[in-house]
Amino acid sequence: MRRQRTDTSEVWPRMTRRAILLGTAQVGLMGLLGWRMKQLQIDQADEFRLLAEENRVNMRLIPPARGLIFDRNGVALATNEPVYRIVIVREAAGDPGEALARLAKVMPLEPGDIAHTLEEMDRVASFVPVTVKDRVSWDDVARVTANAPALPGITAEVGLSRHYPNGPETAHVVGYVGPVSDYDLSLMEDPDPLFQIPKFQFGKTGVEAKLEDRLRGKAGTQRIEVNAVGRVMRELTRDEGTPGTDVQLTLDAHLQSYVEARMAGESSAAVVIDCTSGDLLAVGNAPTFDPNLFVRGISVADWTRLNEDIYRPLAAKAVQGAYPPGSTFKMVTALAAMESGAVSPEDTFYCPGFTEVSGTRFHCWKRGGHGNVNFHDSLKYSCDCYYYEVGQRVGIDQIAAMARKLGIGIRHDVPMSAVAEGIAPDRDWKRVHHDDDWRVGDTVNASIGQGYVLATPLQLAVMTARIATGHDVTPRLIKTVDGVEQPSGLGAPLGLNENLMRRVRASMFDVVNSERGTAHKSRIIAEGMQMAGKTGTSQVRRITAEERARGVTSNEDLPWERRDHALWVNFAPFDNPRFAVAVVVEHGGGGSAAAAPIGRDITLQALYGGFPPLEAYPSDRREEIAQMQGRIRAIMEGWSVPALERA
Amino acid sequence: MSYLDYQVKYVPSGLRKLLYVNWPLVLLVTAVSCMGFIMLTSIASGRMDLWAEPQIQRFGLGFVLMMMVAMTPIWVWRSTAWIAYLVSLGLLVLVELVGEVGMGAQRWIDIGPLRLQPSEVSKITLVLALAAYYDWLPARRVSNPIWLVPPLLLIFLPVVLVLAQPNLGTAVLILGTGGAVLWCAGVHWAYFAVVFGSIGGAVYAVFETRGTPWQFLHDYQYRRIDTFLDPSQDPLGAGYNITQAKIALGSGGFTGKGFMQGTQSRLNFLPEKHTDFILNTLAEEFGFLGSFALLFLYGLILLFLFTAAMQCRDRFSQLLILGIGVTFFLLFAVNMLMVMGLAPVVGVPLPLVSYGGSQLLVLLIAFGLVQSAHVHRPR
Repeated sequence: MRRQRTDTSEVWPRMTRRAILLGTAQVGLMGLLGWRMKQLQIDQADEFRLLAEENRVNMRLIPPARGLIFDRNGVALATNEPVYRIVIVREAAGDPGEALARLAKVMPLEPGDIAHTLEEMDRVASFVPVTVKDRVSWDDVARVTANAPALPGITAEVGLSRHYPNGPETAHVVGYVGPVSDYDLSLMEDPDPLFQIPKFQFGKTGVEAKLEDRLRGKAGTQRIEVNAVGRVMRELTRDEGTPGTDVQLTLDAHLQSYVEARMAGESSAAVVIDCTSGDLLAVGNAPTFDPNLFVRGISVADWTRLNEDIYRPLAAKAVQGAYPPGSTFKMVTALAAMESGAVSPEDTFYCPGFTEVSGTRFHCWKRGGHGNVNFHDSLKYSCDCYYYEVGQRVGIDQIAAMARKLGIGIRHDVPMSAVAEGIAPDRDWKRVHHDDDWRVGDTVNASIGQGYVLATPLQLAVMTARIATGHDVTPRLIKTVDGVEQPSGLGAPLGLNENLMRRVRASMFDVVNSERGTAHKSRIIAEGMQMAGKTGTSQVRRITAEERARGVTSNEDLPWERRDHALWVNFAPFDNPRFAVAVVVEHGGGGSAAAAPIGRDITLQALYGGFPPLEAYPSDRREEIAQMQGRIRAIMEGWSVPALERA
Repeated sequence: MSYLDYQVKYVPSGLRKLLYVNWPLVLLVTAVSCMGFIMLTSIASGRMDLWAEPQIQRFGLGFVLMMMVAMTPIWVWRSTAWIAYLVSLGLLVLVELVGEVGMGAQRWIDIGPLRLQPSEVSKITLVLALAAYYDWLPARRVSNPIWLVPPLLLIFLPVVLVLAQPNLGTAVLILGTGGAVLWCAGVHWAYFAVVFGSIGGAVYAVFETRGTPWQFLHDYQYRRIDTFLDPSQDPLGAGYNITQAKIALGSGGFTGKGFMQGTQSRLNFLPEKHTDFILNTLAEEFGFLGSFALLFLYGLILLFLFTAAMQCRDRFSQLLILGIGVTFFLLFAVNMLMVMGLAPVVGVPLPLVSYGGSQLLVLLIAFGLVQSAHVHRPR
């Protein structure tokens, strides 16, 4: 069979030419492909290698354990407590709804928990653990673990959370941590990457806030390989980070606890300072609150209750509260006058019950007056007129200088929140702050710790410690950081005339131990433990001439917030001062009745290192004291109950 | 010289035909396929059973088919070209009616163990039909507009059917292959000039009118073009695949990360890693050396095809081999352009390497046709 075929020779040259053209185009395109390979794989290889690495490697932060806070004897004040949460992983759970229903039979779950968990599981990848319930009890964890075979995909995870074992007792000093908020972050200049961890806890107040940088520690990092949908494939490297530094405070947990318990029910503050080292053994603030409420974020109800309480439980009154020091300021005025030579200790002034200065009558607290008074008696009886006179002779500037020398009107460097400066007013101060000239009447008021003078309980304690020792005692709250002892607070001698100082201490001794002293009822009779002190009662309202004429209204008849503040300072033992104490009871009435007994009890507690024997008290008080000690023991045993639930 | 003259005299017969097979070409095809097996094993983290084993089985089957096609005289294929074309067209229609739709709207028909994609088949049958047409058409009528109508119909029938699937990538490949055969057959260059000119003009018009009230495309279509031109504009959306593909390719560097060490593919950042984007895994694990070696092997295959075409003396064989060469070239060129970010992602697999049954079989049969022409060529 023969078929007609098209001979190729006819179109051969054209065909070859066309094929060669086509081949050239193909070679050209292949050249482009080769060039592109070189461009991507050789020229830009490093860039793409970096991108590939970024793709697959994720950095995770490992939160370090926060530094612990101890008292001076090693009692833990702030610890890290394991907290457990129950999580579920969808891909391991099979039917999540059924697994959760079974979980509800094992441990208490609210209906909302299950619904919320199922909803959350729909939003995340199937391998991401979803929290079913946070902060569950150890019992629940045990039950879930025991029933693990019936609960596929459900496990317990553990984390660390701050816990304050002595919660309310040290709330104001130690402060508290809380979850870091966007607002907190916006205030920080260069926030630690740790703060990006959701609900990371950081110090909000007190020592927790002030020593945040030391307590926090350094974040560890974990480099993990993830795939395209974010599943963790393996861990590449791990760096555990550095745990936070442990901090030891100068507080004595027992004494602190006692001070809080002794003041319970009042709105008051007390400071116990070691005269020989400046160590703050107790910084009491009443009423108090449970800092553990803040750790996980406080509820609105609790917050409102704490914030609207007229006793201001959140305020650290011992360092934040500035009060007119009243008669406790008289040592300052007297020392300023005698040190300058304006007045000698033997000089006597006549007290008729009032003093007229430029047409205004300034009254002594004793209507009938004290008659002729020298320095020793003026302090013992707390005669106001003596100080009106002495104050005018020495002048305000020297009084203010003495106040600052003794620690009033200067901010002490204590790592607590919002430490107040107080006011030791002088001519310049009034010009700056009130744009007015200083008047004699201002001096008269200031000489008995009224008018513009303001001092915090901490400052009053420091003042007392300086009078007791004659040394520049500065308060110290941090004993050791990371085991390193911090410098002592005992400074150089103040350079005051020791003879005068001895006279001041002697009359403070008589305030308590002389039968006519204003605090005689609060004396200590135990051998070698006797104390010296000074009462103070500061007015928070003006007494009009009219009221004075018909008789000053007594504190009991006034609403709480208009009553006088009761103040007290003391040091003990008299012959070898170890502790100085300052007590302020807000609107507590007279210092001798409301504040001095608290000071006495705290002092005895500090001296004995526990509850003192009743023999330390005068025999007529013992019955009353025994009752009170029983009450306080009960409160101290109940501290572990959160303050607000108790209330 | 008449075909029949040498048919009897020079063409080997029986088992002696095996000696005349273009063995270097067979070796090259096998070598490229083996690169595919290695990559398919690597992508499955060393597991052969997932992709490599089925692929090897299909290659074995395809190899037997290739040799059977090669042993059959070329004039048999020439005379059955029309039937093959009509059958493939029928399959395309059938798949429209009863076919199954999968990822990327590829349609296939289940024939026993085999999933047949008729669009793959029609690429080769079109080349067969066009080669047979121009073999029959006297040379002086090649550029005659009237005689240009049948081949254009031959081309556009499968193109329209494939576009309807819709499978833009294969449609473009069919169109390109057909055009290349027409070009080699000697159709006047002015026709091509007009076509390229109008395409250029259309593209220009599309871009020029953008932002005006009479723009040609919808805004979202323009945005797709933008994403193609600069994938970094939308790295997590439409540009994600191509961005990750380039990262995989580029991060391989010169020598690569090593067998089964490619993080981009192993961690699933790479999409379609065993089919369309298999080159990126190859490049990531074997670097520039690996990807360039593959390009080089492809180039050698083209070179052998071109030589084989030139060695043939009849138009049918020449057009057939050149057409198959262009099909092969367009497959790997478009795929490589696509995975290296030089062309839009249209879903074209890498020939002989990507996982996929139909294409591998069709390609091996096509190489069988080349061998048939080579064995039975006039000597």
